[in-house]
Amino acid sequence: MDQTGELEKFYRSMLLIRRFEEEAARAYARGKIGGFLHLYIGQEAIAVGAAAAIRIGYDYVFQTYRDHGTALALGMDPKAGMAELYGKDTGCARGLGGSMHFFDVEHGFLGGWAVVGGHIPVAVGAAFKARYAEEDRVTLCFFGEGATNIGGFHEGLSLAGLWKLPVVFICENNEYAMGTPLKRTSPVTDIAVKADGYGMPGEVLHGHDVQEVRSRVAAAVERARSGGGPSLLEIKTYRFRGHSMSDPGKYRTPEELEERKKRDPLLVTRQTLLSGGVDEARLERIAEEVEAVIAEAITFAEESEPAKEESMHRFVYAAGEGG
Amino acid sequence: MRTLRYREALREAMFEEMRRDETVFLMGEEVGFYQGAYKVSEGLLDAFGQRRVIDTPIAENGFAGVGIGAAMVGLRPVIEFMTWNFSFVAFDQIISNAAKVYQMSGGKIPLPIVFRGPTGAAKQVASQHSHSVDPFYTNIPGLWVGFPSTPRDAKGMLKTAIRTDDPVIFLEGETIYNVKGEVPDEEELIPLGKARVAREGKDCTVVAWGRPYYTALSAAELLEKEGIECEVIDPRWLRPLDMNTIIDSVSKTNRCVVVHEHWAYGGPGAEIADRVQRDGFDHLDAPILRVSNLDMPMPYASHLEELCLPTVERIARAVRQVCYREG
Ligand SMILES: Cc1ncc(C[n+]2csc(CCOP(=O)(O)OP(=O)(O)O)c2C)c(N)n1
Repeated sequence: MDQTGELEKFYRSMLLIRRFEEEAARAYARGKIGGFLHLYIGQEAIAVGAAAAIRIGYDYVFQTYRDHGTALALGMDPKAGMAELYGKDTGCARGLGGSMHFFDVEHGFLGGWAVVGGHIPVAVGAAFKARYAEEDRVTLCFFGEGATNIGGFHEGLSLAGLWKLPVVFICENNEYAMGTPLKRTSPVTDIAVKADGYGMPGEVLHGHDVQEVRSRVAAAVERARSGGGPSLLEIKTYRFRGHSMSDPGKYRTPEELEERKKRDPLLVTRQTLLSGGVDEARLERIAEEVEAVIAEAITFAEESEPAKEESMHRFVYAAGEGG
Repeated sequence: MRTLRYREALREAMFEEMRRDETVFLMGEEVGFYQGAYKVSEGLLDAFGQRRVIDTPIAENGFAGVGIGAAMVGLRPVIEFMTWNFSFVAFDQIISNAAKVYQMSGGKIPLPIVFRGPTGAAKQVASQHSHSVDPFYTNIPGLWVGFPSTPRDAKGMLKTAIRTDDPVIFLEGETIYNVKGEVPDEEELIPLGKARVAREGKDCTVVAWGRPYYTALSAAELLEKEGIECEVIDPRWLRPLDMNTIIDSVSKTNRCVVVHEHWAYGGPGAEIADRVQRDGFDHLDAPILRVSNLDMPMPYASHLEELCLPTVERIARAVRQVCYREG
């Protein structure tokens, strides 16, 4: 595919994520969705660029509770995602998991995980399996900069570095862990520097540039695939919404937010496309296609059967009922 | 008397204890500048400054340990877990270290520390965020465990916890932070291991704490219309358990239902039932029943979550059963 064609595809995928979440936020306000809802708005280029850098369905991907974008970028059916948020039986986790626990095994998406740092060693375990089974699968493990202070990060990276496992750690540095800016949570504010302590390369890249994300993640993935061991990528980004729906975001100024929105990955990509010769009408058409997909996802979620009582009993043990 | 919310009562307890004793400090995620994830610590940073109200990174194992070390050598830390779900990361510090220091040192080093925060299912926050930790921590000798249900108890118990020379696990109901209730103007310290009879009745003893305490009171009202009078007891402290108050009540009602928002396999619910049958066997006219969370990770969908938690209807049914009004 030519560069513009590829970028157009990325744009479509990012727009899909954006619109999915905007509609999820509205459904949340109407009481259709409950619990925690952590939006990825502003960070979409990371999910889309990274998904384009791996073999989807073969490689493994782990994410935090801020997981809708990554799941959709990998190809999760938006219907299954929206239905999960609505607590429906047709959801990607049968309505048992909700927003924080998207899973899509077919596309290698091994979960949204809700305890900070807990999934990092787990992702290293998936990389261990690839080595064990002599497969050339790579694992991507996403987390926020806030997670780099917890034990799971240290132990996970330590083991991956020691055993040179095929995993790429992707720190989505959106500057805030809930309400706390990075400079108040970490003794070093260059996350990439932390890689040194684990014997792996650390790199910094820009999260608003989807092509940069794609190519730099691809390089780290190839290194891992060819036996070169793990890497830590720090991707600079920013979330435009609160930490979750209940966070009014008082810890940052409206000016700061406006400033960051100038580097909205969708805006930036749109401008690149337009200046590369793609016309407005073409982008309009993409937007219309996306709208149709989103509308279909919402209708599907609305009309699906609620999560089944039977499911909550059945999926406690794989070996059968007991306890 | 003044009317306060549960969260405000907790805040007042910390405020008063920090003002009274310079060695008391509060440490945890978002407790300072953010004013607390659940606004329990609102205003404390302004009042006491960054030396005594300390925001931490997401590092529960680390800051729980820091609290323990500081307590060994003279401070009285209050360590907040944003929710108790995240205390699992600090399990080792609490169980291997906090609960053992006094004994390991041959009684030479007391450990005055409070670990506090919200526990239980909130609303649709799903399996990893919905744990009731009562069973895990009540199992550990060396830890005291308190779980207030009302604003008055929240304040008086937290003050006691802060002044206690041992580690105290202080559990707060995430869904009852907004509950209002009367709190005395004068200082009140609710003694360790003292239960409270919340409602008197002659037909059935119902023991409940946290959110299910309110569910049990509603069930008692419903049952009153059916001619069944429940005596509702709030144990307040899950360790030490005030069995005298519970057995006294059972000696009058001859029946007992224990209601709890934790799984039924073990835990304080099972402990209370066991002790009632052992120490109050002669008083009982019916088996002790328990109303608990269903035995499964908490599902996300709201209608399923509701099924998993103790409801008025489930409690009422259990009471009718022990009163032989329902099969
Ligand atoms: C061990 C643990 N402690 C606390 C929390 C509560 N919590 C959820 S997300 C979060 C902030 C995480 O920030 P960061 O890692 O930077 O990721 P972001 O949310 O910005 O994507 C906190 C404190 C948690 N889920 N797990």
